Amino acid sequence: DQVLHIVPETFQQVQHLQHLCSTLMLDLWKPQLLEDIRAGEDLHIRVPAPLVQEVKDSLDQHMISYKVLINDVQELVDESVLKERSQRQIPEGYNYTEYHPMEEIYEWMTQIEKNSELVTQHYLGNTVENRTIYYLQISQPSNKPKKIIWMDCGIHAREWIAPAFCQWFIKEILQNYESDATIRRFLQNLDLYVLPVINVDGYIYSWEAERLWRKNRAPYMNGTCYGTDLNRNFNSSWGSVGVSFNCTSEVFCGSGPESEPETRAVAQLIEEKKSDILCYLTVHSYGQYILTPYGSTTTPPSNNEELMQVAQKAAAALMEKYGTSYKVGSTSLILYNNSGSSRDWAHMIGIPFSYTFELRDNGTYGFVLPPDQIQPTCEETM
Amino acid sequence: SPALELPPSHSLPGRAAALAAAFIAWRRGTPGRGPALRALSRARRQDIDGVGHKYHLEFVLEDIFEKDSTVNCTAEVLYHLGNKNAAPDVQFTIEGELKNTDEADNLFYNRIKSLKNELVAENIPDSYGNVPPEMEPIRALAWAASGYVIWKNSNENTKYQLAQIKHVKQVKRSDEYLEFDYMILLHENVSQEIIPWQMTVLWHPQHGIEVTQNSRQPKHV
Repeated sequence: DQVLHIVPETFQQVQHLQHLCSTLMLDLWKPQLLEDIRAGEDLHIRVPAPLVQEVKDSLDQHMISYKVLINDVQELVDESVLKERSQRQIPEGYNYTEYHPMEEIYEWMTQIEKNSELVTQHYLGNTVENRTIYYLQISQPSNKPKKIIWMDCGIHAREWIAPAFCQWFIKEILQNYESDATIRRFLQNLDLYVLPVINVDGYIYSWEAERLWRKNRAPYMNGTCYGTDLNRNFNSSWGSVGVSFNCTSEVFCGSGPESEPETRAVAQLIEEKKSDILCYLTVHSYGQYILTPYGSTTTPPSNNEELMQVAQKAAAALMEKYGTSYKVGSTSLILYNNSGSSRDWAHMIGIPFSYTFELRDNGTYGFVLPPDQIQPTCEETM
Repeated sequence: SPALELPPSHSLPGRAAALAAAFIAWRRGTPGRGPALRALSRARRQDIDGVGHKYHLEFVLEDIFEKDSTVNCTAEVLYHLGNKNAAPDVQFTIEGELKNTDEADNLFYNRIKSLKNELVAENIPDSYGNVPPEMEPIRALAWAASGYVIWKNSNENTKYQLAQIKHVKQVKRSDEYLEFDYMILLHENVSQEIIPWQMTVLWHPQHGIEVTQNSRQPKHV
């Protein structure tokens, strides 16, 4: 269907147009009534596709000039429906380019689930201070079983850009699901499980008390010392290297593997679903790294070549966006030795692709990355 | 012994590069200019018997205020085997010129000199990473001075970054120097520790930066 714009010049033209519109029952957009068509004033009519040629011929015959205002009405309708639907999928007015406290993130998760048919919110477990840990599942309804990609953010409280990225990621997927064939194809075969904040207690503590807090808030030594490094607490060569057994240390590995409820909550779910999980991603900051297993040993994992290949490709694609350079390699070689990490553990129990992302920056701002870097960081990481 | 080529992504040359950048920040930093490491391009290492490990580095620096303002550098970093308390030796060459900050420096100098009350500030950057424009020179001074502290306290198993200025207080002086008493937080990347450090910093546009006093502070529990 097309919409034509005509400015009749004479009364004769007006009469002809009125006749044309009524005989063919054309849809008057402006003015609304036939009798209001006047010389010298705008006339907009929608012409159904099969009649377009006939109408144009008739106008030409009578020397009435016209312009095509809308070339394809259906296209325009489709576009605006898309926009409306995608705007409804994400909560109105949620600002993804600023950092949000935990209360707002909880609210956001509820809203996201409400607004989208693709998203369901799930209970994962409780923290030390008895707060709820939720993850979001993004799933296209289908009767065939799908593989899973798991991504968690915020194991370390002070790394605020990581939960910001998890939220951004979900927003991007939902907003572009309708219009992006790649995303749709992706979700045809894969489910996404995203955990925006694992270390809820620690995250809240970094907002309210100590910005550079890293660990969880488990009390040790009769409450004189707090916090286990959750990323040293997993059951992967636990306690062997790059850790401390002293609670005062930032890399205190806890009283035993999976001693922390947050660790257990994640481990339980992943263990349960491990045969379906294709890829485990854990998001941290800072340093600009894509890290592969292992941290506990320099012996490469069995599928090291493939792991590296995929990571190199990711780093290259990332660099294309804003020129940000990420270093790629095994943790023990390019960062430091550490045992008990979630990434190592995921790979050890059989998940083939397991990576740690350390997002921007290189140290200029470090953990306190300014909000104007949220967007470029997230865009390039997508 | 010959120099061995290392992947620039590896941890050891990465630490050496961070150290070199900190040293350059100390030697070349001003209230208007904060050199920072953008990326390490190339690294070689020499194990010198009886002396130590020497890294030959090629890297790119950016400015903490202007990310797109970059410059290429080379440096040699020698970690001494023997004396564990000796700071590593650093030599560097910057290709080309760093931005001239004389005008900005003088503006800052006059601004502080004319303050009725001593400058006091906290949390730079703040929790959200924001730095008010009038605090940028204060941050740059800390960036440069922390370069000195980082250099003096680094070894092959450490990688320090300035994480935040917790507190800064100007100390009025009768001579022409400006004096600031800083409490900064250093992030040590290998242990992941946040280390409070006190520094007393003297500065004058013509005479440069001097750290007259610095000491590691206890982590408050």
